[in-house]
Amino acid sequence: MPNGDENQLIELAQYRIETKTRASAILALAGVALVLIFAVLPVFAGRGLIQDLIFVFYMLALAQCWNLLAGYAGLVSVGQQAFVGLGGYLLFALTIGAGIDPIAAVVLSGLIAAVFAVPTALVLFRLRGPYFAIGSWVVAEVYRLVFAQFKQLGGGTGTSLPPSATNEIFGIEWVKEMFEVRSPAARDIITYWIALALAAGAPLLVYLVLRSRYGLALFAIRDSEATAESAGVDSFRAKLGVYVLVAAATGMIGALIYLQKARISPDAAFSVLDWSAYVIFIVIIGGVGTIEGPIVGVIVFYAMQHYLADFGTWYLILLGAVAIVIMLFAPKGIWGYVAQRYRVALFPVRRMLVRPHE
Amino acid sequence: MLDWLGTIIQGVLLGGLYALFAAGLSLIFGIMRLVNLAHGDLIVLAAFAILSLATWLGFDPFLATLLAMPAMFAAGFALQHVLLNRALGRDLLPPLLVTFGLSIIIQNGLLEAFTADSRRLRLGAIETASIELGGNLAIGVMPLLTLGSAIAVVLLLNLLFYRTALGRAFRATSDDLEIAQLMGIDHHRIYSIAMGIAMVVATIAALYLGIRANFDPTIGPARLIYAFEAVIIGGLGSLWGTLAGGVIIGLAQTFGAKLNPEWQILAGHIAFLVVVVLRPRGLFPRAVD
Repeated sequence: MPNGDENQLIELAQYRIETKTRASAILALAGVALVLIFAVLPVFAGRGLIQDLIFVFYMLALAQCWNLLAGYAGLVSVGQQAFVGLGGYLLFALTIGAGIDPIAAVVLSGLIAAVFAVPTALVLFRLRGPYFAIGSWVVAEVYRLVFAQFKQLGGGTGTSLPPSATNEIFGIEWVKEMFEVRSPAARDIITYWIALALAAGAPLLVYLVLRSRYGLALFAIRDSEATAESAGVDSFRAKLGVYVLVAAATGMIGALIYLQKARISPDAAFSVLDWSAYVIFIVIIGGVGTIEGPIVGVIVFYAMQHYLADFGTWYLILLGAVAIVIMLFAPKGIWGYVAQRYRVALFPVRRMLVRPHE
Repeated sequence: MLDWLGTIIQGVLLGGLYALFAAGLSLIFGIMRLVNLAHGDLIVLAAFAILSLATWLGFDPFLATLLAMPAMFAAGFALQHVLLNRALGRDLLPPLLVTFGLSIIIQNGLLEAFTADSRRLRLGAIETASIELGGNLAIGVMPLLTLGSAIAVVLLLNLLFYRTALGRAFRATSDDLEIAQLMGIDHHRIYSIAMGIAMVVATIAALYLGIRANFDPTIGPARLIYAFEAVIIGGLGSLWGTLAGGVIIGLAQTFGAKLNPEWQILAGHIAFLVVVVLRPRGLFPRAVD
């Protein structure tokens, strides 16, 4: 006859820890289908739409990265433009200087950005909270000013990617034949596919990180760093891991952005407005600390830009006002509100206890 | 030798300007831990306010500054009362994002109202006047006045901080918000007054910014970075520390520029990073986080 304690253990053993929900299972299928549809889209779509989607995809990927950093790891950075610009400049250096194929250069740029991220983190991790935020901005400025010194890369005024560097991009002949387009359009299609891969890969990456042991550690650190450390979590290592991973992804995205733009200058590549303010707006409008949030946010951001950008300064004033209103009245963003109201999670990262036969 | 002495003097004087940028920020950061990313843009806004009063009403810039002060105090009080008090809390993100949004609104509002043209505040002969020290050394009257104003501002803020009932309330809310509330302090009102005072200081900073060099609606963020560097180097809640921080940034920039004109800004940032790596809480922190 088992005693009370064992009874409890047997009862506990019937529970499993799950993160899946029914919505998430459906979403996984829908997600794969959606990515496939986007992948064959260049067959039907015009060049304008493809270019718009490249923009949406890289902003989404950047937003996912910042969200992992700030929303989950508690590293509120306003300096991620450091790695966007670094990635862009590395792409130019690798393709113009070393003659490497642009696609390989995108991947390499991300890896080199990760190497740069380690010493950067060692400086920045001395700082906490608001100090970290400001420090990260200063570091991005240091990167900008240093890259403005390289005369080979155009110095302060910047430089262009010569067509010779991109016209032999891997697979371009095949795309030209398949889609019956000229080189510039073919280059756009290849860039589009890389952007799609990054936009689909970023949420997947965030999801996998959060589902792993690291994710559990990050949640613990976010909720209380001291408690997490006393429970044996090495918070420095967990944060460093996330920071470097995000830097690699951000570097790749930056390289892709400047592969498409084909022109780079320090002021644009390290712009706090383009690569921090807009990205943060996207995350906040959609919902910080959720994987779904940036997706919702980027749709809202794109719609606003598409319909209102002609109003110039008034558009930016409105964007600032929307950000303020959301932050004050719905700090969890649009998705946060929906998720709370209707109890849905498309990317469930919470661990739940379930009985097997329920 | 004299050459280096001249560089040191220039650096210290430039530091006075940065200390003025930073003093208001230091006050609100020290009291309510608010990271105000719009501080630089608010200084530029004040500069345009002075410019408007000077050109439309034909006032001397100093008089225009005096008139702009109460208006900026009211603007700061209202801003804190309506917006920022709602955003403050344990979480860093809301104030960061609200002030980021505010920064974009101010920049683009100024662009809409004043265009992107470069402006300058004109004072006449005093702008270029200097005092000869002998041996090829001369000190500009305006930079000297800037440093003097910075010292006066820090002195006055310290008197306010340590000698008045309002200052006691400032220190109490800074040190322990809950206990200050238990003692009957309306911390939201205290914060609004602090922001008003910070905007008065920003108006003084705007005067010297506009006299020293050209300004346009987009230069706010760069001033914000110098200001924050000075605040962090100085340490949380220490106004003399902020002055020292401004001087350190000013000196680093001037020496950087002496080596290579393109290194001026970079040298300031590097000096900041070196200090925070060695002393993450700054040199003279008064309050704890």
